[in-house]
Amino acid sequence: MAKFPKPEELSNIDFAPPRKGWMDLPVEFKPGMFCHGSKPKSLEAVGFPNPRDWKPADADWKLPENWKEIIIEGIAERLRKYRSFRLFMDICVRCGACADKCHFFIGTGDPKNMPVLRAELIRSVYRKEFTTAGKILGKMAGARELTLDVLKEWWYYFYQCTECRRCSVFCPYGIDQAEITIIGRELLNLLGLNIEWIAGPVANCYMKGNHLGLEPHTIVGNLEYMLDDIETITGKRIKPTFNRKGAEILFVTPSGDLFADPGTYTAMGYMMLFEELGLDYTWSTYASEGGNFGFFTSNEMAKRLNAKLYAEAKRLGVKYIIGGECGHMWRVIHQYMDTWQGPADFLEVPKSPITGTVFENARSTKMIHIAEFTADLIKNNKLKLDAKRNDHLKVTWHDSCNTARGMGILEEPRYILRNVVNNFFEMPEDTIREKTFCCGSGSGLNASEDTDLRMKGGLPRANAVKFVHDRHGVNMLANICAIDRATLPPLMDYWVPGVKVAGLHELVANALVMKGEKERTTDLRGEPLPGLEQKEEKAS
Amino acid sequence: MRVLVSFIAVLLLVVIAYAGVEAANLRFLFGVIIPYAAFIIFVGGMIVRVLKWGSSPVPFRIPTTCGQEKSLPWIKQDKLENPSGLLGVIGRMALEVLFFRSLFRNLKTQLSDGPRLAYGEAKWLWLAGMAFHWSFLIVLIRHLRFFTEKVLVPIQMIEGLDSFLQVGAPLLYLTDLVLLAAVFYLFLRRIGIPQMRYLSLINDYFPLFLIFGIALTGVLMRYFTKTDIVSVKVLAMGLVSFKPAIPEGIGVLFYIHLFLLSALLAYFPMSKLVHLGGVFLSPTRNLANNNRMKRHVNPWNYPVHVHTYQEYEDDFREKMKGAGIPVEKE
Ligand code: SF4
Ligand code: SF4
Repeated sequence: MAKFPKPEELSNIDFAPPRKGWMDLPVEFKPGMFCHGSKPKSLEAVGFPNPRDWKPADADWKLPENWKEIIIEGIAERLRKYRSFRLFMDICVRCGACADKCHFFIGTGDPKNMPVLRAELIRSVYRKEFTTAGKILGKMAGARELTLDVLKEWWYYFYQCTECRRCSVFCPYGIDQAEITIIGRELLNLLGLNIEWIAGPVANCYMKGNHLGLEPHTIVGNLEYMLDDIETITGKRIKPTFNRKGAEILFVTPSGDLFADPGTYTAMGYMMLFEELGLDYTWSTYASEGGNFGFFTSNEMAKRLNAKLYAEAKRLGVKYIIGGECGHMWRVIHQYMDTWQGPADFLEVPKSPITGTVFENARSTKMIHIAEFTADLIKNNKLKLDAKRNDHLKVTWHDSCNTARGMGILEEPRYILRNVVNNFFEMPEDTIREKTFCCGSGSGLNASEDTDLRMKGGLPRANAVKFVHDRHGVNMLANICAIDRATLPPLMDYWVPGVKVAGLHELVANALVMKGEKERTTDLRGEPLPGLEQKEEKAS
Repeated sequence: MRVLVSFIAVLLLVVIAYAGVEAANLRFLFGVIIPYAAFIIFVGGMIVRVLKWGSSPVPFRIPTTCGQEKSLPWIKQDKLENPSGLLGVIGRMALEVLFFRSLFRNLKTQLSDGPRLAYGEAKWLWLAGMAFHWSFLIVLIRHLRFFTEKVLVPIQMIEGLDSFLQVGAPLLYLTDLVLLAAVFYLFLRRIGIPQMRYLSLINDYFPLFLIFGIALTGVLMRYFTKTDIVSVKVLAMGLVSFKPAIPEGIGVLFYIHLFLLSALLAYFPMSKLVHLGGVFLSPTRNLANNNRMKRHVNPWNYPVHVHTYQEYEDDFREKMKGAGIPVEKE
């Protein structure tokens, strides 16, 4: 980190494409721009092929003899299985509308980070192997041979895409590079070419229930710490339950919320809210992960990890599930879970025990987003809120890629936010909602060895925050995503020092007036509440 | 290089047609056989293409949502950008197909010192795309006059509108101009913007030149060489009534026009031009975002290995008991 370039240097981006055509330009592994290769034990834990020690920058990737066959057969299989893939291989007109929409292209200027070229990396091989024109005309038809260099290029650039779908919003045919990256990574995984930052959490999640590998007693212990803090702040001792049969609701959140701040403040927020409502809910140490790094590996792995949500709901006999704040977790739950594991006929259509609202929009999947749940509470006046307690914060809202473009939960969090804070400023229109910018570290790229990549890819997001920071003095970036809570703080420190990051329910809990609580002097972070700084000083 | 190859390829097509008709006098080949063959390839090829797409299922419902989802009744859903039912999907698709909704969103990202990123309006691509596709369609429809005994009323109306400027003799059709201009712009854009030039393939330049050639020969015939329209109509009628005949008096320019069109038709199904059909099938656009309301079925869904709760408890039973977590087996 010592030699890490300054923001002024990093933002000096060269957009001039190289002289040499992209097909003939072998990939160069630039330090800081890629992650460590997967370790054998992580692949073994889930029975993935080709576990071995390898380094992405090494010449020899220790691939099986017939690697090429495996990939070509893999492509053929996926063409048969996914209309999206087949279609996206055929219909791109290379209009370039998607080109400057990708945060990685904006942040690096590397033409292969234009979504269209990222797709061409694989499309060129598709043409060679699966189209008559490509077979006969070769390069004239935009086709090229699959070589080791090409494979390496795939690896480098498919792990420089956060599957954020921003390109897809602008494409006239809805071509979704996220979908192509997902399939591209699936192919790479056939050869054991994952990154450890994904493979490790996947193995953890499979064996221990969550990405971080928190064992049951550790989960309880971590929550105990938070409960201590809550007691200090509110004077109330909360006693959540774990793996409790017969609870009405199973609550699942990404394990990041149980592990490190600022995610832990969000977790405190959930518990305070549920306590105040007297909600009959339980945590699970088995289904202790809402997120799903399997989704960044293969469809099958995602399904294997996701299975425990319904399985645990069934075992505990709950009525439905509430899910915490997480981005890709919600893409998976919203667009995949029911298809994989349903029908969830052992659950009931979610109905808020507090307001009686029936969540018709979750009629089949039977899982609701906590922002939907809380928005409904506020709308029905079930919460006593004192937004002044957040007056030390000037907040802006980051829409997470997956919840924005793979679901569309845009207004619920804003509605909540307006009720719990007094100072809320939107970032520029072209950088929020469906046009929101990725944190630059999604889809499992939030490692430390690829910090250059993350800071570059995060530039567009950070720059929009900087805009409201400079103009309105925004000092808090709120969101509903655990990866955001982990990755935005360093991004802010780098590009917009002075801006902190919070989950939505941290701010809710700050404002939430609980029955019988003592007069609060600090927020959940232990920082003095506005107007009380002086009191504190006098006291001390 | 890629530009040159594409240009030469189209030029070659012109030369072939010229030589075939003028030197070798293969009028029947160029006037009847090749057009028939091209048409068959086009129709057959497109059917194969669509069947191929159709043969792959849509395992997951993955619309790209571009607005507020349907959730609580008091939250206003964006029914067109994030539809939850058939009507909304039809609306969304209509906007996409007829008005290129997503392209309309286009922005230009600019980085200046600071660093400061700005996103400017960038509607030219949308405008050129609209101008190109719509004028192409209208030109095509106008050509139907060659295929019916009497020119149909709707076609007359379109012709009337298209020539409303009332200049020139024969009257100038606006779409002829617009089509040429739009194709030219799309070409300029490809070679003018460094990134566009970098990512463009022969597959991109070739159809542009081809379409430009078709439009140009058409314009030359109509406004400059004054081709014998009556004979052309006889030929066209012969083709559609399967009684092909080659009337006298059709200039070589017409055969070039027809040959380039044949080339376009034959090229169509194996090129990116299949987006004409593909746009309707795109699963990120043509599906309702009602995932949690209505279960989507994946035809190839298969059982997978999972780590069951029992296995988990076996791994951690003592630790769970120690932490006061209930277990199934004591
Ligand atoms: S916007 Fe769509 S069609 Fe245009 S280049 Fe990108 S992926 Fe291809
Ligand atoms: S999905 Fe996101 S990261 Fe990937 S190519 Fe598209 S815009 Fe870039």
